[in-house]
Amino acid sequence: MSFLITAIIMFIFWMLLSGHFTFILVLSGIASSLLVAYLSHDLLIGEGDIKLNIARIYRFIKYLPWLLWQIALANLDLVYRTLHPKMPIDPVVIGFKNEYKTDMGVVTLANSITLTPGTVTIEANNNEFIVHAIAKGPAESLLAGEMQERVKRIEGDD
Amino acid sequence: MDIRTIIAGILLALGCFFIVVAAIGVVRFPDFYSRMHPAGKSDTLGQSLVLSGIMIYEGFSLVSIKLLIIIVFIFIANPTATHAVAKAAYVAGVKPWQKEDKVIK
Repeated sequence: MSFLITAIIMFIFWMLLSGHFTFILVLSGIASSLLVAYLSHDLLIGEGDIKLNIARIYRFIKYLPWLLWQIALANLDLVYRTLHPKMPIDPVVIGFKNEYKTDMGVVTLANSITLTPGTVTIEANNNEFIVHAIAKGPAESLLAGEMQERVKRIEGDD
Repeated sequence: MDIRTIIAGILLALGCFFIVVAAIGVVRFPDFYSRMHPAGKSDTLGQSLVLSGIMIYEGFSLVSIKLLIIIVFIFIANPTATHAVAKAAYVAGVKPWQKEDKVIK
């Protein structure tokens, strides 16, 4: 099953990137997507989670505008810290517990932390997150936990 | 000059600005971990802005769909790569830089 899904995704990707619909190119597309799917279908889709969670994808899309806004803020913050003559940085390393059930939640939070103001994820394992913050302010606003709440809301109960 | 060219130009200029700031940041910041901040954040936004500028200039076509795929890929891959490099340094035992007056000897 995961073999078939991977092959279809690969073929759609092939068609998007090629843009040519001649017989020989479509045929080589089918051949190569089958080959790639055979070699790596267990990497893209794990055996367990074939079921597509539509609600979760919807909640993730609802999360994106907030994330984009945070990315904009992060870059303005970084521009200020970089170009300020005195360079107002005071790095601290903080850690907090990992309370997420799904890999997707951990990945989303880790990447969101890296993209949002003043923080970079150093370690995200099953027990804890370790985060490098460029100053006290960003560290405190991360520990306040607004982002954790939002990512938890994406994960939902199911 | 139509409005699309102007918007594309503004996006390209903004993107270049963020990439330049990221480069300055990588040179100016004191240690490895703080250098990951400009490398991980401003590069992501800068590259995405440049690519969206080209996308708007190009209009809706197969090329702009390819660019959109690249943007999505950058948004996933760039922070992940930043995290991978930072974690490698953490495992190897690189100590984070601290403000001098706080170092207790």
